[in-house]
Amino acid sequence: MWGYILKRTAAALATLVAASVLIFIFIHLIPGEPAAVMLGDAATPDQVAALRTRLGLDEPLFVQYFYWAGSALQGDLGRSIFFDEPVTSVIADGAQTSILLASITMVWVVLIGVPVGVIAAMRRGSWLDQGLSGLAMLLASIPTFWVGLYLILVFAAQLGWLPSSGYPSIFEEGGLANLRYLILPSLALATPNAALILRLTRASMLDVSKEDYVRTARAKGISPRQVTLRHILRNALLVVVSAFGFTFAALISEAVVTETVFALPGIGRTVVQSILRRDYPVIQGVILVIVCLYLVLNLLVDISYRFLDPRVELE
Amino acid sequence: MTATLQGVFGAASARPLTAFGLVFLLVVIVFALASPLIAPYAPLEIDSLNRLVPPNAEHWFGTDHFGRDTFSRVVYGARLALLIGIGVVGFALMTGVPIGVVSALYPKIGRVLMRGVDVLMAFPSLLLALGLIVILGRGVANAILAIGVVYLTTTARIVYGVALRLREETYVEAAQSMGAGTIWTIRKHILPNMISPLLVQASFVFAFAQLGAASLDFLGLGTPPDIPSWGNMLAESRLYITRAPWLLFFPGMMIALTAFSLNLTGDALRDHMDPRFREAMGSRKRM
Repeated sequence: MWGYILKRTAAALATLVAASVLIFIFIHLIPGEPAAVMLGDAATPDQVAALRTRLGLDEPLFVQYFYWAGSALQGDLGRSIFFDEPVTSVIADGAQTSILLASITMVWVVLIGVPVGVIAAMRRGSWLDQGLSGLAMLLASIPTFWVGLYLILVFAAQLGWLPSSGYPSIFEEGGLANLRYLILPSLALATPNAALILRLTRASMLDVSKEDYVRTARAKGISPRQVTLRHILRNALLVVVSAFGFTFAALISEAVVTETVFALPGIGRTVVQSILRRDYPVIQGVILVIVCLYLVLNLLVDISYRFLDPRVELE
Repeated sequence: MTATLQGVFGAASARPLTAFGLVFLLVVIVFALASPLIAPYAPLEIDSLNRLVPPNAEHWFGTDHFGRDTFSRVVYGARLALLIGIGVVGFALMTGVPIGVVSALYPKIGRVLMRGVDVLMAFPSLLLALGLIVILGRGVANAILAIGVVYLTTTARIVYGVALRLREETYVEAAQSMGAGTIWTIRKHILPNMISPLLVQASFVFAFAQLGAASLDFLGLGTPPDIPSWGNMLAESRLYITRAPWLLFFPGMMIALTAFSLNLTGDALRDHMDPRFREAMGSRKRM
């Protein structure tokens, strides 16, 4: 077991190092002198030279990488050109919104995707199953921003039930009631993901129901309901839960579009604005943080999966 | 190949949804190929007297804030949808297939190549595409490339999995023991047997490319704004959603139904595929 954890962690670390090299090189792949591109046309040669020195762009590339990676390890991701403040604080500002949005979305995904998937699997082949599976496929094919715009049109513009944009923090005036700002965005973001989890739950239930131990349980005369709940569902959920880590990390990145639609002050919107502002240190920092999160979540899922199902081997 | 296609049409007759998907895709293709014949107006023709007109007999899908005919723009938008889809699928196959096959046949090179694929897969899809757009700049070709790189990874993984299985097949071992060269083996045994998994992957990638391109367009980082793509139309409709909801409805419907139809086709193809390869097709990545 420990050998597995060690090997898996080492692999994740190696991936992280390689990914960090790519994220680092990124700034040098942009055509033109990075410092001049970041500062825009209005910059004087002196300003460009100053930024070059500040970013350490005069050093050899590998020296620059070690400098950058070393600072990142100490929690220093550089300074935002646009805000003139540390990238870490720019990310921290948006992180609260994004993590909250992803968490609420995850609740919808689990509450809708899993039970409906179970129902579809239990009624396999029926009209209900075909209808639900078809609907799930359709919902998985819809752009999230389209869903978002429709939710704004109906629930904000026409019915006036919920706010259409922005999000004041729950720690500010309004408190927990401010969560209502995240209801429409989380529903939009949940739509395709709940549909994918529904399909996964259904497929996983059907896979498990073909296992020998399910046949044995049935042969023993256990009621179909008990077989479904205790033998099929439990094991099928293992696969579904292992997809949650992946889904959560994917939500943070998919939120880029949703946060833009609903003008939420999250890190996804920060990325898009930083791209338009050519604030490369922020883009690099956000991508690095999200890749880290993604790798850590996947690592945790793999390890816990191994705990739950010791048959899993490292490939 | 023919067996696969027969499978799809067989499935289409048994499953009305699949039939719907195939018919809808045909409509999109006809729209794209014959846009000037079908569209009643030019896609960029401005009519300042007829701004934001709701759907009527003259403008079936209404007009936008410049008085441009939405139906005509939807029809021309099919061209871009097809171009992006074919471009992304082409790029993903042309890079993913060689990487996967070489990795499976030469484990030493494979270790390095597939690690590289793993590293790219550590980037969430949309962020990877956005990062590439920052480097490449906005534009149709660059959007294709940026989305293509995302699906290069899943394609290479699937091809690698399938090729590993094929390598173990008795007939491949027999051919090699009789002195068949690697290139010959690839051409005669590996590639022909890979066509159905690749067709499945191609339909899913085509679908996801639609959603990815629409997202980039919506963020203002994809197709240049003067080209009528469905994503651009949606991005522009944002400011008028209460006054002109039809601007939101039609392009969004086209994106959703195109992706839906492609997913249905992919599913039908997969159900008719050799069960040995179905496992390797596991990974699906949405943008």
